[in-house]
Amino acid sequence: MTVPSSPVLSYRNDFSFRNSPTAIRRFPFPFTEDSYLYSVNIEPATSRDPGSIYQHGFDIDEHYRSEMAERALVLDKDPRRYLVMPHMQVAAWDALQMLMEHLAADYPQWFVLERQGDRWHWRNHLLNIDQRFVFGDAASLPCEPLEFITRQVQGDFALLDQRDGDLYMDAGMVTSPADWSLAFDAGMSFKQWHSPVPMAHQMGVFDRALKYLLALQAGQPVRRLNWTLTINPRLDSSPETFHEWGADRGRITAENVGQQVHLRVELQVMARLPRSNAVMFSIRTYLISMDELVTVPGRGCRLHRVLRDLPEPIADYKGMSRYRQTLVQWLSRFDPQA
Amino acid sequence: MSRALKVRVSAAKMLTPVVRELTLEPCTGPLPGFSAGSHVQVHLPGNARNAYSLTSDPSDSLHYRIAVRLQEASRGGSHYLHRHVEVGDTLQISPPANLFALHSTASLHILIAGGIGITPFMAHIAELERRQANFELHYLYRPGLSDAYVQPLQQRLGSRLHTYSCRPDLSKILRDRPLGSHVYTCGPQPLIDAVQQQAKALGWPRVRVHWEAFKGATPGQAFDLQLLRSGQRLRVGADQSLLEALESAGLQIPNLCRGGVCGQCVTRHVRGEIEHRDSFLSPSEQAEFLMPCVSRGCGPCVSLDL
Repeated sequence: MTVPSSPVLSYRNDFSFRNSPTAIRRFPFPFTEDSYLYSVNIEPATSRDPGSIYQHGFDIDEHYRSEMAERALVLDKDPRRYLVMPHMQVAAWDALQMLMEHLAADYPQWFVLERQGDRWHWRNHLLNIDQRFVFGDAASLPCEPLEFITRQVQGDFALLDQRDGDLYMDAGMVTSPADWSLAFDAGMSFKQWHSPVPMAHQMGVFDRALKYLLALQAGQPVRRLNWTLTINPRLDSSPETFHEWGADRGRITAENVGQQVHLRVELQVMARLPRSNAVMFSIRTYLISMDELVTVPGRGCRLHRVLRDLPEPIADYKGMSRYRQTLVQWLSRFDPQA
Repeated sequence: MSRALKVRVSAAKMLTPVVRELTLEPCTGPLPGFSAGSHVQVHLPGNARNAYSLTSDPSDSLHYRIAVRLQEASRGGSHYLHRHVEVGDTLQISPPANLFALHSTASLHILIAGGIGITPFMAHIAELERRQANFELHYLYRPGLSDAYVQPLQQRLGSRLHTYSCRPDLSKILRDRPLGSHVYTCGPQPLIDAVQQQAKALGWPRVRVHWEAFKGATPGQAFDLQLLRSGQRLRVGADQSLLEALESAGLQIPNLCRGGVCGQCVTRHVRGEIEHRDSFLSPSEQAEFLMPCVSRGCGPCVSLDL
């Protein structure tokens, strides 16, 4: 991996974001069949396939510094992308501990954690951070614990409080959402924040998923993939900035499809936080342009069939209705049966 | 199911003539963190496992503590932990799981403990003190027998502790409490039933009443077991639970409480008379499913969809 030397690329303005051949190869292509329908496609989040995004609990890749720079930009403009309700303090420290322990164990060349009782020493060589602090004492950190650690880990994080047989979105750091807002969803229950999703409620998907997550045990995290499409490699496609990116969907042509339309895949990991009994929901986003995607044989063909046959309500929800025809037409050249 | 932890008994103490407290330390590596109200399953001889609440402060990452009441009419798990386990011995335990968590946004926590049901509240109290939360403990016990933590709690809680040597008037405890109050109870089933009934009578919303029963598998008659998918035939001994018999045969059945409460081990039964002993399934669900951690056959043979 080439993290330290990789230049900081941008997810806005000139959109200099690119994937290396390695990143293209390890991109989590989410379709295992030629069609797509909702399922609670959850599996144990155990380490597998060295070098893949599934090797470590929290994947750090060549975009690390770019993504952390992007998060800082978003937070500068809109601090409400970060939230910790008062009753989520223990969960915030839980999350810091889980992330630091994983990063230090999985990437010792970049992250070092030394502990003597409550006195912790954290070093992040990629961002030149060297911080001594007292675990549990927010005043010993330059900012709140969840903000401190999530400014150093790729992906969005929601911390869900478990009470009344439900999960509530009561804390998080969400700067790269696929068109949802932490400030809007704050305090909502599991089904409330999923209410915009079409079809799945009637299928009972959320009943099963909630039941499963309520019984999630510490030390036994689970994961799933989710996907959508995004115009340009724009990590921050949030409702708060819709005026900056919404119109892009109407500017897709046969000429710019390959470069501008991106498949956006989320690796979602759900883990029980042991001290707080909260659930950490991490959403690690991978972006890949159509031009990059079709360099791997078979992917263009499969994506063509999936998008061609996708039920209308799902296509609408994923925001692709305005350019779906153009995209499907462009992808058809990779499908020998089209 | 999940990987077991190996721990060493680093201290043991009789708190009363029938309650023994064991302090556990890890044999290797750190102990997993836990939230107040969590329990562990202690693995016992003969493939049995008993669930015990962790009584230690959740912020203590070096030790777990459990308190075991000697149960005369039991299958021998508590007897083993009282009479056979000594300081220095190692035990296998399951990682902590929580089915009795504190409610994070409650404005007042009313804790009602009966006898050995004090154990989960010991961790709750440590956590509530740390949060500087508003709480009170009502502790019902038999003096000299099940009063395991009365003395330290008296010093620690002062007027927040209310002690009783016979069943208190629950309506006094539960009437006219502020909005946002939650009540938690742990102890013998009659106490739990009484708290639930009183809370309901006084109009408490169901979600503000939390309870944890202290019951595990109890013996019954032996019976045969037929597993329809694998074709296996097993014998469930009188002192063995159905779940333990399945585990002895190498089956992995998800489970957390081993007390008929959490619903994890639910299994479809097809033939045979069942004595349902769980508190999870509705009567109509029991016609199709059983909880093998506590329920058993009461005829010669039971067939399961396994």
